Formats: sequence, C-alpha cells, structure tokens
Amino acid sequence: MAQWVSLSEAVAAHVHDGDFVALEGFTHLIPFAAGHEIIRQGRRNLSLVRMTPDLIYDQLIGAGCAARLTFSWGGNPGVGSLHRFRDAVENDWPVPLSIEERSHSDLANAYVAGAANLPFAVLRAYTGSSYEQVSPHIRSVTCPFTGERLAATPSVKPDVTVIHAQKADRKGNVLLWGILGVQKEAVLAAKRSIVTVEERVESLDAPPNACILPGWVVDAVCVVPGGAAPSYAHGYYERDNAFYRQWDAVSRSREQFSAWLKQSVLETANFAEYQRVQEIWREKGALR
Amino acid sequence: MMAGSYSSDEIMTVSAARMLRDGAVCFVGIGLPSTAANLARLLHAPDAVLIYESGPIGAKPSVLPLSIGDGNLAETADTVVSTPEIFRYWLQGGRVDVGFLGAAQLDRYANINTTVIGDYCRPKVRLPGAGGAPEISTAAKEVLIIVKQSRRSFVNQLDFITSAGFLTGGDARERAGIGGRGPVAVITDLCILRPDPESRELTVTAIHPGTSREQIRLNTGWDVRFSPDCSETVPPEAGELEALRDLHARTAAAHGVVGRDA
Repeated sequence: MAQWVSLSEAVAAHVHDGDFVALEGFTHLIPFAAGHEIIRQGRRNLSLVRMTPDLIYDQLIGAGCAARLTFSWGGNPGVGSLHRFRDAVENDWPVPLSIEERSHSDLANAYVAGAANLPFAVLRAYTGSSYEQVSPHIRSVTCPFTGERLAATPSVKPDVTVIHAQKADRKGNVLLWGILGVQKEAVLAAKRSIVTVEERVESLDAPPNACILPGWVVDAVCVVPGGAAPSYAHGYYERDNAFYRQWDAVSRSREQFSAWLKQSVLETANFAEYQRVQEIWREKGALR
Repeated sequence: MMAGSYSSDEIMTVSAARMLRDGAVCFVGIGLPSTAANLARLLHAPDAVLIYESGPIGAKPSVLPLSIGDGNLAETADTVVSTPEIFRYWLQGGRVDVGFLGAAQLDRYANINTTVIGDYCRPKVRLPGAGGAPEISTAAKEVLIIVKQSRRSFVNQLDFITSAGFLTGGDARERAGIGGRGPVAVITDLCILRPDPESRELTVTAIHPGTSREQIRLNTGWDVRFSPDCSETVPPEAGELEALRDLHARTAAAHGVVGRDA
C-alpha cells in the first residue's frame, strides 16, 4: 500500500546497497530527483537496469553508485556519448562497471516477462548479430509447436523500480500519460517501487483505460515538482535540451564532473536546492 | 544560398527522403533517418506512417525531435502505445514496411556496428549499443540506411555486428533464417549504394553531382565497386530544398539551436 513520504525517506527505506535497481522513463518522465537522492545517500554496489541509461545513469555511474549495468542504448540523446559511462567501461573510473547488454525489444520483453512472473522472455531477435557470442544471457528456445528457434533472455525483476509520474491521489493511485515507455511493466516486475509525482490531487479524474498504477502496487509516493527535469513531464514542463547539450562539457572531464556533482548533488539537501544551484551554474556560464 | 546550390548533407537527406513511398509504415531512428522521413512526409509522402520506438504511431512532428521520445511526437501521433507494445505488436507483429536506420559503422554487406570499436570486453571506443536496430533490421520488410561516408564509417571489417545486413553476403541472410529483404539502399553524402543482386555487396548505383569516383574510393574502407549502369543522382529540386531548410529553421527556432543531426 502506497505511503506518502518524503523522497529521502523513500530512498532510505527502499533502496539498499547491492540492490538491483531500475529507474525507468523513456526520454520522458525520467526520475532525476530520485536518482540524485540515491547518490546523496551514498548507495554503493548497485546493479542498475534501464533501457536508455542517459544522463541520470551517467551521474549515478560517475558518482560510484553502480557496479553493474543492464541496458540497451547508452547515449546522450541527440548529443553524443555518455562520458562517465564510457570512462567506467573503458577505464574503470571511479569503479569498474560490468555490463549486460540487451536490445530494446529484448529489455522491453524482459520487463513484460518480469511483470508476468515468467523466468524468461521469448522474442525474435539477435539472429546474425554478435551479441549471441558475447552475452551468456542471450540464448534460444525451440518452439514446441512449430520447431522455430527463438531468442530467450532472462526476465528483469528488480528489487526496486523508481519512476516519475504526473499525479497521484490521496491513496497513492498514480496516473501517467504521454510517452509511457516501460514504466508500468518495470513497477509490476519489481519487489518494491517508488513513484515521484508532479502533484498530489484529490481525484485523478482519469478516463477508463488510462495508465493508472493502483496505490496498492506502489510502496512509496513522493511529491517532487519538477522531479523529471531536465527530461520533461507532459503537460507540466518541456525537456531542457540545453542541459543535455551542456552535460557533454560538464561530464567530459573527471574534475569538472566531480565539481558539478559535489556542488549540485552531494552538498544540496534536496531537489529544490539542486535546482537553485543549477540556476547559479547557468548564470555563471559554467554549464554552457 | 544561391538557388540551385546545396550541401552534400542536403542531397543526402533529400535522396533518402525520396526513397520513402507514400503510405509506407516506417519505423524511424533518431537523427538523420528522422530528418529524411519527416521531409518525405512534408513532400511526396503525406500518408507515410512514422513510428518511433518510444511509442508514437503516426507521428507528424512540426519540428524535428532531438530525442526519440520528444513530447511533440506524442502530441501529433495517431496513438501512443507503450514501448513493449511497439516492439511486440507493431514491429515483431510484421506491420512495418520500412526500417529507417543510421549507423556508426557498416561493412560491404550492410551489417551495422553501433556497439564497440575494438575488443568487446576491453573496447577502444564504447558506442551507445543496440537500441532497437537489431530487431528493426530483421523485422521490417526492408531497410534504408542513411550515413555519412568516410573510412571511419565504411570499414572493411566490423569489430562487432550489432544489426544484421546480409551477413557474409550471397544468401547468408536467408540461410540464417532472417526475414525481410534487408537493406535495400544506403544513402550517403557522396552517393547511393545498393546491394548487388547476387553477391549482396553494396555497390554504388548513383553518384551525387560533383562527386568523383576517386572521392568515393578514398572514403570507403573496402575496394568499392560501381554498378555498370551507375548514374548521377538527380539534384535536389527547389521545393525539396525549401522544405528541408524550413524544417531545419523551425527546429532551430523551437530548440534554440542550429538544427543538427546527432
């Protein structure tokens, strides 16, 4: 049953060192505030999973929170490389990062399998690609009815999934809309879940078939306005494209990244303070 | 810019756009493929159905998206479905006519690498990875590839095959049990290549005006062949250039940057 708590309480209660953690959101509704809180609380040795580890995972990896990453596309969308991710994979900085690489279709299917309490996903994929040779997780099954060979990959069942959504009501029923990604599947596949929302409302006023996660499948709900920035929340604010471009410069060197991390995340108490610090960085031109 | 003059990027995008037929259901990659597909939609293919892997089906963005999940894609789409649904029902379900892809590297059989340069476990360069390309390249009925041509992108030997083209050539793709026709054209800033009907090796079939064969050879990592009936690309028409430039200008105004493709 969903508990309305602060984000720091939610992370303290539900994200532990060594956990298998999913922060989902496909370009839209990326739970940045929650990611920062995980960094702030100094979690270590996490196994992270995410289809598109973009800036938030670059930050978690650069901060030394992660030992392992399962992913299907690791880049800064529309900009280029994730420098902290690359530094970890290529040079073991700040700590070694082992990777389990999958394709989008594979990971999406693996979350569905996790939500459906199945041990593996079945899909048509990977034929002719080198992934089968380098990944012990990509195997095959033969269809018992037709004899067709199909790819089989392990389902994803996180210890905890964290997502951001537009709103939740008093009972913690969560409503999200727009580009939905795999958030619903990721929550239902996980043992525990944290949802940050733009606002708490009396009634969701949603039509039938809207994407609602009932409060009884969610563990913690937290009001964090702007908590998906610099990604966007449909109906609330736009994507901060400038930040994504500026991140390329900030993340390129270990020194510049470490300074940003210290000032913006480690030395701020919460997301609201973080946002004030970003404004200062912006005014100084340090983020440009 | 003078009327009739255009850049090599512009002829690449226009040539790629021309290949998307009206009414086609197209699974669109971000960057250059998205630019070309949207240009086609604004020109000769108003009924092309653009599908983005983030979930929008029938997206009609007024400006080019910077990311695969921009809000404008959702707002202009016929419907927005979840990411698992896009891959399971719509792509794997066999409803996609054309997969429109970019590439970091490709080889003579149009196999694509977007994973690593060097050894997989100790890579020299770690690239973004698969995304949806492996399944797009095998589930779409055919594939178009748009990529800038250089010795860095057109390599003799791939370190890693992320997405299957024609594998080792000939009927290797069919023998591996992969469906779809595979890559039917590769459109670059220098020329257009198509697979040879027998060997499936990418062969230059049209050269952009002002480009020499020597230039194409210098920018290809293998001994590239030219089709016996190799022609010259029809230059972009005024209307095509105007539509492309307007699209870039609108995008720049909306995003506050000069329109560029990642």
